[in-house]
Amino acid sequence: MSLASHLPALQVVLPLVAAPLAVLVRHTGAAFLLVTLASWAAFAIAVLLWQQIGSHGTISYALGSWAPPLGIEYRVDRLSAFVLVLVAGIAAVVLPYSRRSIEAEIPREQHYLFYAMFALCLTGLLGIAITGDAFNIFVFLEIASLSTYVLIALGRDRRALMASYQYLIMGTIGATFIVIGVGLLYLKTGTLNLVDMSVRLQEMSNHRPVLAALGFLTVGISLKLALFPLHQWLPNAYAYAPSVVSAFLAATATKVSVYVLLRFYFSVFGESLVFHRLPLPEIMLALSLAAMFAASAIAIFQDDLKRLFAYSSVAQIGYITLGLSFDSVSGLTATVVHLFNHGITKAALFLLIGCAVTVVGGSSLSRLAGLGKVMPLTAFGIVLGGLSLIGVPGTAGFVSKWYLVLAALEKGHWWLALAIVASSLLAVAYVWRFVEIAYFRAPPAGLPVRREAPLSLLVPAWLLIAATIYFGLDTSVTVGSAAGAAAELLGMAK
Amino acid sequence: MNLASHFSYWITLFLMVAGLFIVIARGNLIKKLVGLGIFQTSVYLLYIAPGKLIGGTAPILAEGFKVYSNPLPHVLILTAIVVGVATLALGLALVVRIREAYDTIEEDEILLQDHARETEAPFER
Amino acid sequence: MRHDLVLRVIAKLLIPFILLFAVYVQFHGDFGPGGGFQAGVIAAAAVIFYALIYGLDTARCVVPDRLVETMLAAGVLLYAGIGFAGLALGGNYLDYFVLAADPVAGQHRGIFWVEAGVAITVCGVMLKIFYMFTARGRDED
Repeated sequence: MSLASHLPALQVVLPLVAAPLAVLVRHTGAAFLLVTLASWAAFAIAVLLWQQIGSHGTISYALGSWAPPLGIEYRVDRLSAFVLVLVAGIAAVVLPYSRRSIEAEIPREQHYLFYAMFALCLTGLLGIAITGDAFNIFVFLEIASLSTYVLIALGRDRRALMASYQYLIMGTIGATFIVIGVGLLYLKTGTLNLVDMSVRLQEMSNHRPVLAALGFLTVGISLKLALFPLHQWLPNAYAYAPSVVSAFLAATATKVSVYVLLRFYFSVFGESLVFHRLPLPEIMLALSLAAMFAASAIAIFQDDLKRLFAYSSVAQIGYITLGLSFDSVSGLTATVVHLFNHGITKAALFLLIGCAVTVVGGSSLSRLAGLGKVMPLTAFGIVLGGLSLIGVPGTAGFVSKWYLVLAALEKGHWWLALAIVASSLLAVAYVWRFVEIAYFRAPPAGLPVRREAPLSLLVPAWLLIAATIYFGLDTSVTVGSAAGAAAELLGMAK
Repeated sequence: MNLASHFSYWITLFLMVAGLFIVIARGNLIKKLVGLGIFQTSVYLLYIAPGKLIGGTAPILAEGFKVYSNPLPHVLILTAIVVGVATLALGLALVVRIREAYDTIEEDEILLQDHARETEAPFER
Repeated sequence: MRHDLVLRVIAKLLIPFILLFAVYVQFHGDFGPGGGFQAGVIAAAAVIFYALIYGLDTARCVVPDRLVETMLAAGVLLYAGIGFAGLALGGNYLDYFVLAADPVAGQHRGIFWVEAGVAITVCGVMLKIFYMFTARGRDED
C-alpha cells in the first residue's frame, strides 16, 4: 500500500509525535523546528486529503485494521476535510510567528514545553475533525482543551491564571455534558461509530433518552463553542493568553466545536429529529441574534483591544450558528464559509495585535494611541481585518454575510436580513473605536517615531490579511467546498 | 418496583446534580474542583452500571463461564478517568499558582483584587 | 526530616515487592486484569513512597527529573512507534496483525509493546505531577 492511503492516520500522528520529541530535545530551536515542520506536513496532508475527497469522495480509514463499526474509524468527508485545512493552515502560519512572539511573553526555559503543548493542541483539534467515533471525539476534545488551558495560563498577566481556571471549569463541564450525551446514545444504540449510530437511531428517534442525549450534547458543545450566553470563559481567555495562543484559538478552537455540533446534528441525529421534533431552530435563532447584538454592543465598550475582538468573536459565532438554524443548504453554506472566513480574519487580527504589543507593550486602547503613525503596517492590517469583521465588500467577511442574508431571504425572513445588517453597524462602531484611537490621536510620549514589528511577525500576519482579501474576491474555493459540504450534510440526513 | 430497579441511575443523578451544584455554589477554587470531580464521577457510573450483567464475569475466556459483562464501557471510562486525573492535576496546579499570585483561593477575593487594580491603574496590563 | 527507624526499615522491605507487583501487573495484563496503566501507577507509587520516607531530594537522586521527563515522552513515542511499525510492515496505522507471521502472535507482540509504552508514560506523568507539587514553594526559597 502506498503512503497516500495512510494520510488520515498521519494527519493526526505527525503533530502527536512532534510533542514528545519536542520534550525530548529540550531545546528551543529544535523544538520549534520540529513542531513547525510537523504543522507544515499536517497542512500539506490536509490539502492532499481535501483534493482526494474532491475526486474520490469520502475516505474511511480503519485504525489497527479493525473494520468499523467495531474499530475506531477515521472518516474524512467534505466538511471534515475543509475544517482540517483550516486548522492545519492556521497552525502552519501561526507557528513561524510564535518564535519571536513568545520570547517576550514566556520564560525561555519553558519554550520547548510551549511547542509541545501547541503540537498537542493541534493534534486534538485535527483529531476531532477527522475521527468517526463518538468517544474518540471526546478524547481528542480533552487533549485539545487540556493543552489549551496550559497555553492560556502561560500569559504574562496573573489574570491569565484565573482565565485559564475558569475555562478549565467551564470546559470540563461542557466536555462532561458531551460524554453524558454520547453515553446515552451508546446505551440506546450499542455503538460508538457515528455512521452506524445514525443508522440505528433512525428507528428510535422518539425515544426519550435520545432526546435527552441531544439536549446534553447541545449544551455541552455550546459551552465549548461559546454560544451566547455560555461564552463567559472566552473574553478573559483570549485577552490574557499569549498573542500567538489567542490567534490560534480564536481561529480554530471554537470553529472545531461548531464542526462537532454540525456533525452530531446532521450526520448522527439527522435533520428531521433535530429540527422538526424539538424547537431547536427557534432557540438557536434567538441565541444567535442575542449573541450578534449583545456581544457586539459589549465589544464597543471595551478598553482593551484583545478583549474587544474577543467579544467580537462571540458575536461572529452568532452568525455561524444563525446559518445553522435555517436548516437549509444555503444557511449551512453560510455557516461553513463563515467558519473559514472568520477563522482567518480573527487569526490575522490577533497576530497583528501581537505585533503591536511587542512595540508598545500592551493592548489597551490607550497604549495603542497613534498606532497609525508608529506602526503603519500593523495598524492598516488591523483596519483591513476590521473591515472583514464588518463585512465590507471585497473582504472575506462580506462573502459569508452575503450568503447568510441570502439564506435568510430564502426562508422569507426579510427582518432577519435587516438584523444582520444592523448588527454589522455595531461592528462598525467597535472597529471605529480602534480607527479613531490609532489614527486621530497622538502617540503617547516615549514611543519611537516609527518602529514596525520584526518581519518574522509581520509576514505571517499579513499573509492572513492577504488571504482575507483574496477569499473576499475569489470565492470559488471557499464557497464551492462549503456548498459541497452543506449538501453532503443535508443529503446524509435524508 | 421501577424506582428500586433503577437505583444506579438515581445515584448517578444525585452525584451529577450534587457535583454541579458544588461547582456553581462554592467560591473556593479547591471546592469547585472537588465538585467537578464528583460531577465527572457520576458519568463513570452512568457508563459502567449498564455494562454489568448480573451473574456475568470479567470478559476473560475461561472454563465454566458463559455470561460476560460488556468490557467496552470499562475501557471507555478508564480513558475518562485518565482525563479526569489530568484535569484535576492541571486544575490544582493552576490553583497553586493562583494562590502564589493572589495569596488567596477565594474567587470573590480574587475578583475584588483584580477589580481594585483595574480601577487604580485601568490601562496597565 | 525525622529519622524514623521503623518506617525506614519497612519501606526498604516493601518497595521491592511493590515494584515486583508492578511488573507482575504489567506482564500479566495479557491474561488477566492489569496492564500498562495500572503497572505504571504502582511503580510510581513505589517511588512516591520512597520519597515520603526518605525525602524528596533522595528520591530525586534515585529517579532524577531529567529521567522522568524523558520517560513521559519516550512512552508516547514507543506507542506511536508501534503504530509506524504496523505501517512499515504493510498494514494500517497501529495494525498489530502484521507484526508477526501469525496474526494472533502479532496482536500479542503489538499489545506488549504498546502496554510498555503506556506504563513508561504513566509512571513518568505520575512522578512528574508528584515532583512538581511537592517541590513547589521549595525550589524558589
